[in-house]
Amino acid sequence: MYDFTYQKPSSIADAVKLLAEPEAKALAGGQTFIPVLKQRLNKPSTLVDLAGLGLAGIKAEGDKITIGAMTTHGAIAASPEIKKAIPGLSMMAGWIGDTQVRHCGTMGGSLANNDPSACYPAAVLALNATIVTDKRRIGADEYFQGMFTTALATDELITSIEFALPVEKSAYEKFRNPASRYAMVGVFVAKSAAGVRVAVTGASQNGVFRHTEMEQALSGNWSPDAIAHIKTPPGGLNSDIHGSAEYRAHLITVMAKRAVAAAS
Amino acid sequence: MPQVTLTVNGKSHSVEVEGRTLLVELLREKLALTGTHVGCDTSQCGACVVHVDGRSIKSCTMLAMQANGAAVTTIEGLAQADGTLHPMQEMFREHHALQCGFCTPGMVMSAIDLVNMHPDGLTEHEIREGLEGNLCRCTGYHNIVKAIAAAWPLMHNKQAPAAAA
Repeated sequence: MYDFTYQKPSSIADAVKLLAEPEAKALAGGQTFIPVLKQRLNKPSTLVDLAGLGLAGIKAEGDKITIGAMTTHGAIAASPEIKKAIPGLSMMAGWIGDTQVRHCGTMGGSLANNDPSACYPAAVLALNATIVTDKRRIGADEYFQGMFTTALATDELITSIEFALPVEKSAYEKFRNPASRYAMVGVFVAKSAAGVRVAVTGASQNGVFRHTEMEQALSGNWSPDAIAHIKTPPGGLNSDIHGSAEYRAHLITVMAKRAVAAAS
Repeated sequence: MPQVTLTVNGKSHSVEVEGRTLLVELLREKLALTGTHVGCDTSQCGACVVHVDGRSIKSCTMLAMQANGAAVTTIEGLAQADGTLHPMQEMFREHHALQCGFCTPGMVMSAIDLVNMHPDGLTEHEIREGLEGNLCRCTGYHNIVKAIAAAWPLMHNKQAPAAAA
């Protein structure tokens, strides 16, 4: 790892000021970023630790659940409010990495990174969540802009993520790479005020995407049979040593059917 | 150089580190606590698991500075001063839950957190899932699972549940 200056600001204003410096990077839970630094894939001059900003916590109100950006996967998985209101999100959080990773990794960190195999982007997109930053509110459809690319400016910080309630149905299924445990294909299905939405992660070269054909089929008939015939074109899907684009295309339907069955 | 102040196994330390110093490097190289191992250095194997403020984490994937002000417990901090082993260590010994021993410190630290997180009972399935972040290349895990199941009632002062018998 190249060395850097470590900073732990205690206010969002100070953090944003530090992040405005060239080559400054934000550190959330570090479960992806520290491995990246170890591989010398990134050379920040300053690392701005966000742990002192008071951004961790879960707040359940009548019509929404607000999750602070620095809330860990472990805290999300353990939250009785989230389990009750959005069981698919609860299940997703408890299925990321392992216990030790879940004690450190954060929802905000995952969303800011937008790894094409990360789980949370699928939940946020399918549930039409709102990304709240220190500057504005960003809708999920606008937020995700391709692999490792988001609507965030370099000195813009996610402060929380808002999930509108009620969510009538939600579930997540993923096919894990047997070695890395990352999602080769993950599908989140949701039925809420935003309608039926199906989001797919892990499969596409452009990161998370909505599967509109499945959304239409499920809107009229929420059952695995309604989408069993739907084939995803393999063009634009990842093809690597772990699986071909055609294989991933097939997995999308299989995972979507399982998710719908789990949320029925 | 930045200074990190933290408590390790009940003892306070103040140490100069670099920004990039990992918690495991602080423990092993600055404090000579070499019971915490570095296996993969890629947060997969779990040989480096320690407790930070009571929760198990991978010390190869946390900066020393992130632990500033924290209370850290390593494998060296489990046994009592007179040498009496922690119940989890005792059950690992009793059930022969180790062979080469390289993964054992991390296994024990993860196992204690796992038992702490399940005060109402712990099934064999939950133990196996709970060990997702720890790799052992010798034992095939069976005796590790048995040791954890046997430690659960000792740590919670309860009778062994049917699943752990």
